[in-house]
Amino acid sequence: MLVSNIKSRPVYGGLKVDDAARRHLVAAEGEGALAVLAAFAGRAEATARATVLYAPGGSAGEDHAAKLAALGLDDLFVMPSQATLITRLNVILATATMGTRLYAAGVEGFIGSVVAAGMAHGVDQASIRTEHRGSLARRVQCVHCKGMTENVTVSPVVCSHCGIQLLVRDHFSRRLGAFQGVSVNAETPGEIPPAEELYA
Amino acid sequence: MSGGVEIPVRVVAIEQATPTVKRFSLAARDGAPLPLYSAGAHVVVAMDAADRRIKNPYSLIDRSPDGSTYRIGVLRTQQSRGGSAFMHEQVAVGSELTITMPVNLFPLNRTGRKHLLIAGGIGVTPIYAMAEELARQSVAYEIHYAMRDSAHGAFADELVARHGDRVRLYRDDCQEVIAVDRILPNQPLGTHLYVCGPEGMINAILAGGRAAGWPEENLHAERFLAPPGGSPFALRLAKAGITTEVRADQSLLEAIEAAGVDAAFLCRGGACGQCETRVVSADGELVHNDHFLSDDEKASGAKIMTCVSRLKGRELVLDL
Repeated sequence: MLVSNIKSRPVYGGLKVDDAARRHLVAAEGEGALAVLAAFAGRAEATARATVLYAPGGSAGEDHAAKLAALGLDDLFVMPSQATLITRLNVILATATMGTRLYAAGVEGFIGSVVAAGMAHGVDQASIRTEHRGSLARRVQCVHCKGMTENVTVSPVVCSHCGIQLLVRDHFSRRLGAFQGVSVNAETPGEIPPAEELYA
Repeated sequence: MSGGVEIPVRVVAIEQATPTVKRFSLAARDGAPLPLYSAGAHVVVAMDAADRRIKNPYSLIDRSPDGSTYRIGVLRTQQSRGGSAFMHEQVAVGSELTITMPVNLFPLNRTGRKHLLIAGGIGVTPIYAMAEELARQSVAYEIHYAMRDSAHGAFADELVARHGDRVRLYRDDCQEVIAVDRILPNQPLGTHLYVCGPEGMINAILAGGRAAGWPEENLHAERFLAPPGGSPFALRLAKAGITTEVRADQSLLEAIEAAGVDAAFLCRGGACGQCETRVVSADGELVHNDHFLSDDEKASGAKIMTCVSRLKGRELVLDL
């Protein structure tokens, strides 16, 4: 886990089931399914009140979806992509009540999207339980053109929209669920440090 | 100095709201507009009694549109050390008092999509201010206000007039109780709950929220207490080298101030934690009345909140 003194850098506390909750609404992506399995396996009273949304993504070959189905969940939706998962999540959040606890597990960009969706429905960020699983790849917003570049594992990285070389910072936007990328050579044009693989 | 800037004020109107509650309108003595504040804020009122200075926190009800006055509501409490009795008996129109700048330890959560305001008795004062602010912002809200009987509903008529069917009133004498198990389970995501009133009521409402699966982040309470009196005891301030006495009707913090020591404080209601002080030694039993220290900290006997807590015994030595 990266250590940073930038306060906005998210800290993921782990996917612990809140036994006081009346409803567990869980969004997971890829290897995040393993965190869901670890937290909910063997807990019948929790799984009976759990709705899980799962986008297998790059982990499709591992067949985590079958293991989730075997948990005895109240509801399991296997979604074709993170984007469709977030759309369905928003529909469920729109009619959810205060006894519902939101959980997110997977890569950082995905967790950021789930937390942003929860906050847009008035959920306090501190009450969302999160666990980082899988790649360290980041979603990066170019602060110059505002374009998003997904699955960033190196810094500096070329902005996929405007082509500027971006230094990837730990500065994180909760609203966008994205890290901020700033021009790496604004004061010394032409000088570009070698790209380092930081977030594989 | 401790507690921040003070504002000299004069009482410009007094209203007997119920048999036990008076509402006081306060204006700055220099005629300047009083500072803006956010709903849920309180001021500490300093009263110069014949033999001592009493300081109690009171929530602000409202600020007049031109900023010239604040209103506070004061319940005459039976176990008063003299603060509420002084306000009810000694203070008249024209009396001069001093207040601190407003401090808010009970703010509205601005990201909330709906707000449940729950008040018991005199706890309605911050709730009244919060309801006004929510009405101005056109945010969804409900008010649940429990009172002893219709004569003791200090704000019932005004609340109904201003907020209509968003208000539900509960009268103890009609056996009406706030049915938390019916109100709380079906509130939409993003609802925040705020409760102010007697200790037992606050605990019951918060327990109802937890039972309905609400996260702690959405449950808010203000448990101001006027400092309770007790038995007198000797007080030694180790650093200042002062020995004095805390009288039965004096709070520990008031006795420290009377001895000329400028000790830290903010809310004076056992809520904020500013006045936390290290105990050097205690010959007797510490009586912790605050809501700030954890149970473990209270049991350790190493710290005391001077605004509301005291000693039952002979002598207390503080690291001041």
